[in-house]
Amino acid sequence: MDSALATLRLMAAEPSFALAQALTGLASASSLFLVAAGLSIVFGVTRVVNFAHGSFFMVGAYLAVTAIGWLGGGAAGFWGGVVVAVLGVGLLGVLVEVAILRRLYAAPELFQLLATFGVVLVIQDGALFLWGPEDLLGPRAPGLRGAVEIFGQRIPTYDLFLIAVGPVVLVLLWLAFRRTRWGVLVRAATADREMTAALGVDERRLFTGVFALGALLAGLGGALQVPRETANLHMDLNVIAEAFVVVVVGGMGSVVGAYLAALVIGVVHAFGILLFPKLTLVLVFLIMAVVLVIRPAGLLGERGAASRQGAPEAPLRPASARLRWTAAALFAALLALPAVAGGYVLVLAVDVAILALFAASLHLLLGPGGMISFGHAAYFGIGAYGAGLAWKWLAAPMVLGLAVAPLAAGIAGAAFGWLCARASGVYLAMLTLAYAQIAWSVAAQWLAVTGGDNGVLGLWPAPWAASPAAYYYLSLVLCGGGILALRLLVHAPFGQFLRAGRDAPRRAEALGVAVGAQQWLAFIVAGAFAGLAGGLFAYAKGSVFPTYLAIPRSVDGLVMVLLGGVQSLSGPVVGALAYVGLADELARGVALWRLVLGAAIIVLAVAFRRGLAGAVGDAAARP
Amino acid sequence: MLRRAILGFAMCLAATVAVAQEPIRIGEINSYSGMAAFTLPYRNGWTLATEEVNKAGGVLGRKLEVVARDDAARPEDAVRLAAELVTNEKVALLAGTFFSHIGLAVSDYARQHKVLFVASEPLTDALTWEKGHRYAFRLRPSTYMQAAMLAEEAAKLPARRWATVAPNYEYGQSAVAAFKKLLQEKRPDVSFVAEQWPAQGKIDAGATVQAIALARPDAIFNVTFGADLPRFVREGTTRGLFRDRPVVSLLTGEPEYLDPMKDETPEGWIVTGYPWEAIETPEHRAFRDAYRARFNDYPRQGSVVGYVMIKSIAAGIARAGSTDTEKMVDAMGGLKLATPFGPIEFRAIDHQATLGAYVGRTAVRDGKGAMVDWRYADGARYLPDDAAVRAMRPQQ
Amino acid sequence: MTLLAVDGIARSFGATVAVDGVSFGVAAGERVAMIGPNGAGKTTCFNLINGQIAPDRGRVAIDGRDTTGRSPRALQRLGVGRTFQISQVFASLTVRENVQAALVAGQGRALSPWPPLRRREAAAADRLLDQVGLAGEAERGAAALAYGDAKRLELAMVLGQGPRLLLMDEPTAGMGIDERHALMELVSGVVRGRGVGLLFTEHDMDVVFGHADRIVVLHRGRVIAAGTPAAVRADPAVREVYLGAEAPPCA
Ligand SMILES: Nc1ncnc2c1ncn2[C@@H]1O[C@H](COP(=O)(O)OP(=O)(O)OP(=O)(O)O)[C@@H](O)[C@H]1O
Ligand SMILES: [Mg+2]
Repeated sequence: MDSALATLRLMAAEPSFALAQALTGLASASSLFLVAAGLSIVFGVTRVVNFAHGSFFMVGAYLAVTAIGWLGGGAAGFWGGVVVAVLGVGLLGVLVEVAILRRLYAAPELFQLLATFGVVLVIQDGALFLWGPEDLLGPRAPGLRGAVEIFGQRIPTYDLFLIAVGPVVLVLLWLAFRRTRWGVLVRAATADREMTAALGVDERRLFTGVFALGALLAGLGGALQVPRETANLHMDLNVIAEAFVVVVVGGMGSVVGAYLAALVIGVVHAFGILLFPKLTLVLVFLIMAVVLVIRPAGLLGERGAASRQGAPEAPLRPASARLRWTAAALFAALLALPAVAGGYVLVLAVDVAILALFAASLHLLLGPGGMISFGHAAYFGIGAYGAGLAWKWLAAPMVLGLAVAPLAAGIAGAAFGWLCARASGVYLAMLTLAYAQIAWSVAAQWLAVTGGDNGVLGLWPAPWAASPAAYYYLSLVLCGGGILALRLLVHAPFGQFLRAGRDAPRRAEALGVAVGAQQWLAFIVAGAFAGLAGGLFAYAKGSVFPTYLAIPRSVDGLVMVLLGGVQSLSGPVVGALAYVGLADELARGVALWRLVLGAAIIVLAVAFRRGLAGAVGDAAARP
Repeated sequence: MLRRAILGFAMCLAATVAVAQEPIRIGEINSYSGMAAFTLPYRNGWTLATEEVNKAGGVLGRKLEVVARDDAARPEDAVRLAAELVTNEKVALLAGTFFSHIGLAVSDYARQHKVLFVASEPLTDALTWEKGHRYAFRLRPSTYMQAAMLAEEAAKLPARRWATVAPNYEYGQSAVAAFKKLLQEKRPDVSFVAEQWPAQGKIDAGATVQAIALARPDAIFNVTFGADLPRFVREGTTRGLFRDRPVVSLLTGEPEYLDPMKDETPEGWIVTGYPWEAIETPEHRAFRDAYRARFNDYPRQGSVVGYVMIKSIAAGIARAGSTDTEKMVDAMGGLKLATPFGPIEFRAIDHQATLGAYVGRTAVRDGKGAMVDWRYADGARYLPDDAAVRAMRPQQ
Repeated sequence: MTLLAVDGIARSFGATVAVDGVSFGVAAGERVAMIGPNGAGKTTCFNLINGQIAPDRGRVAIDGRDTTGRSPRALQRLGVGRTFQISQVFASLTVRENVQAALVAGQGRALSPWPPLRRREAAAADRLLDQVGLAGEAERGAAALAYGDAKRLELAMVLGQGPRLLLMDEPTAGMGIDERHALMELVSGVVRGRGVGLLFTEHDMDVVFGHADRIVVLHRGRVIAAGTPAAVRADPAVREVYLGAEAPPCA
């Protein structure tokens, strides 16, 4: 606070500084806008949230560095290289659209998110393979290397160039959509796909074109970053998070909204750095959370259409005798496991049990709840931190820690669930992602309390549970119990009304069911069980780290649920098992594991939407 | 989860040679997929050392074998892999890790399960001090040591008003804390007038540079690295931040971070690093030649770390005369050996090796970044006195 | 005191004035039909009455108590049950579970964690299904129901909650002629037996004139006529805009 005041005093003494800082913010805003605009356009027309947009940005930067290298220095070489990069990324966009997205337009959002996340993984390894691990520094823009003095402040000319690029692109896009035949067709297709198709317009070509345009813009954004930063393998995920924020704050599908949001975020960020230098990460997500709570569809967005749920689920059936016997036999086998298997198998088994509970808790929201939680790791991590911090600060014994874990995560579920109450579909996914990112930032940056990146260490099980077998039994009982409890809950009125509220919310309300409260409770319950899983995980690993609540863990959960099948209660368990198994297989000698994993996710999302449990169920249902 | 042991190339170097005895297996964990720029030279380094050791007859008559695993930059995966290596692969000890938090996680596993762990790269002071214990040793000079090397240089500058810029996580925060403390001890007249904490990998360079300029510092202490560094350098250069303003910068002289900046390497920064081209001691020349012959590439900082790690482990096992954990731990404490950087010792008091770093100034030579006016700063000289170390390290 | 009193309610969507100052009442044990051409504002009226949307102005009262702007849930507690024009059933529950859900919700136990829904009120649910002629479908998934059957299921669900005021938006759409009359007979029986007030819309004039005690005619969001079937049939305004505009549907 003191330093914030001191900074304010300095700024008051030097007013031209605020101008310079604002210009800096505007330049970042332009960069942000270039990436966000494509994302927003693609969403507006095709309703697909493209996680791989950041990858296009990254490829744009790499391609530009390479192409400029080929074409040689000088202005022609530089700008020629930018053009080559932009076209190259556009082509990549066409490829992705034709090969993958085209098959997903009618699928629930979740599968689109996942498939495009698979593309992210594939491109990551592809870029590593093509360009190597080292960061690549490209040249600066010829003629725009220097700085100009404005009221005694040096402003890079390239910044001024970027400030101009944003509005120019905005106007060009506006013209393209309003003043060309193509734009008219695209807008018609956005409003009513069937009608446009009936009028003989090839909407598939239109969509491919739109997607290519989006990719092109991302590529342009990446290429224009070359004079500012190295092309590196972390650009994709770094930029996608911010691009999402911009698009969501602006209102998904609104290009003008994206520009406004980019302005707000760019400028707030530039001044935020001065006043709260340690809060830079949180700031962006805080802006997003505040905007979405006040305006659930963003600054200029229209309320999103109801989210697509896919084919209706089959009714739940009571466990058949066969299922009961199978479960009992499985449980007996699991009880006997320590007698036959060595230490590492038990370690793996504990992981499977914990991840199965984590996936099952996520499934409660995704399946019965019909709510996309894209930040489920938050509860897992908060549970783990609950246990870890109770131990670190209060010397709480393990049993208490394992009680604190679900409690803390349940409270987080209550808070986040309440804040998400008005959102649905993609907005809900983005909001949950934002809250998870805020939780992550706090865990990673609040060194004094959480230990920051170094985490909480030394959190090993109580002596009675310390042996691998003992901890295995503990996990088995708690996770098995948790999964069973979730199953019972889904069959009980609580879960059935959750499904009912998802199927026909107006019907449920008219019957006197508080659908919102039901969903909020589901957040709390799912949070608490994820937290229990997190607590167990903390003691299993002996430590708690911010990675427990990072995006990849959330994605892991989603993949497990989808791998097992969203529409099946046993899906999460099957999914966790298959996932850990797959991991173990991949671990043996696959160098490009992200490529393999990404491809697997894509295939899953495109071709096997009912998951393993669904497929097995189908086979079993056949006479 | 999936990012587990991906590099399944457990190096079966001994397989071709008929050996009567089982090889000694070293369980190595690192962020191979997450930090490829560092880990590829690092892998080369330990591969070279293993080959050298085995060519010379191995240790205790047995070959060394490194079983490598990729933690994908996730500490929880590293802990699981540690268990896998210890219980399944029956490794004699654990080694490696890049990130501080992963080093700490594996170290804690080692403490809990009484396994020797030789941390190679992680820099956090906690590893050998606050969270130090009997079973963990660390090779590289810690954040504190490197900050101390730079504080020594910084104290010689006339600058009194300092600004700092560091990534907002434990490494950045403890580097700044150590630098501040050490510099103010030497120069009570120094004050710190601005602090910037960009998120790692996401620096908003223009705004950060402006914010530092606003405070009009006399000098700057920089801890950013990786992708953030070139951004910071470009913006700072364009906006004139570094004009007449000395910069003291951690790790920037390491080829991993220096090389990508090519001819835009800032001139005259005081840095820690590794001037591989210029070090002409016989030990280093031998290492460099062997490395070049084997990989057709020049060594990076990571190569040295990987190389010395294996050499240290081999020396430790030889000294212990056994692969029994307690004996190896006893032998590692006070272990002395020769390295390409000169002789080092794993201090008995805190298990920190005295491997040093090179302190010098950055310059552009033939369109590439280089270190000039450098000297070797022996790690032994940059550690607090024993009483202070004892006070920081948990007793017993 | 009338069971339902609607007083000058109005609602626009952007430039469209969907309902424009509508007033009427429904007494206990009375069957009121609301008719009017497509887009006349019937469904919007229903939505305003049961709280699905809030009116721009005007007042809705149940038993003399002002309920304007209250939520559907609050109105359900006051005994308002409703079916939808496009039937809304819980597609991923069985037919029986749909009714069980309505019964359990009626008891305010939607959050209960135990025992499973399928073990609750099964007998009562089966009785209701039998009443609406869906006994044979109890085990099927509701998603698989034919359109008319889904309407029946909705009715069973609403009846299960023992409403005092029943709002039915085109209850017999998708059914054959005989089925329509049978269904309306069933509803009429409930209305008479339990003294329930019924407000329904219907495009089949045979059903309207055969089963309504009173008729309210809506046109472009306004009531243009109201009264007994005979009076409405004779009303010149109705003949003009409604029966005159389209040939009277004959059965
Ligand atoms: N949510 C809404 N948003 C915009 N306009 C609406 C909305 N609901 C109804 N309208 C409009 O209000 C008018 C009245 O619609 P309403 O559905 O009430 O008619 P209706 O009498 O039920 O017709 P139908 O016989 O076809 O069911 C129509 O012009 C309709 O387009
Ligand atoms: Mg209607």
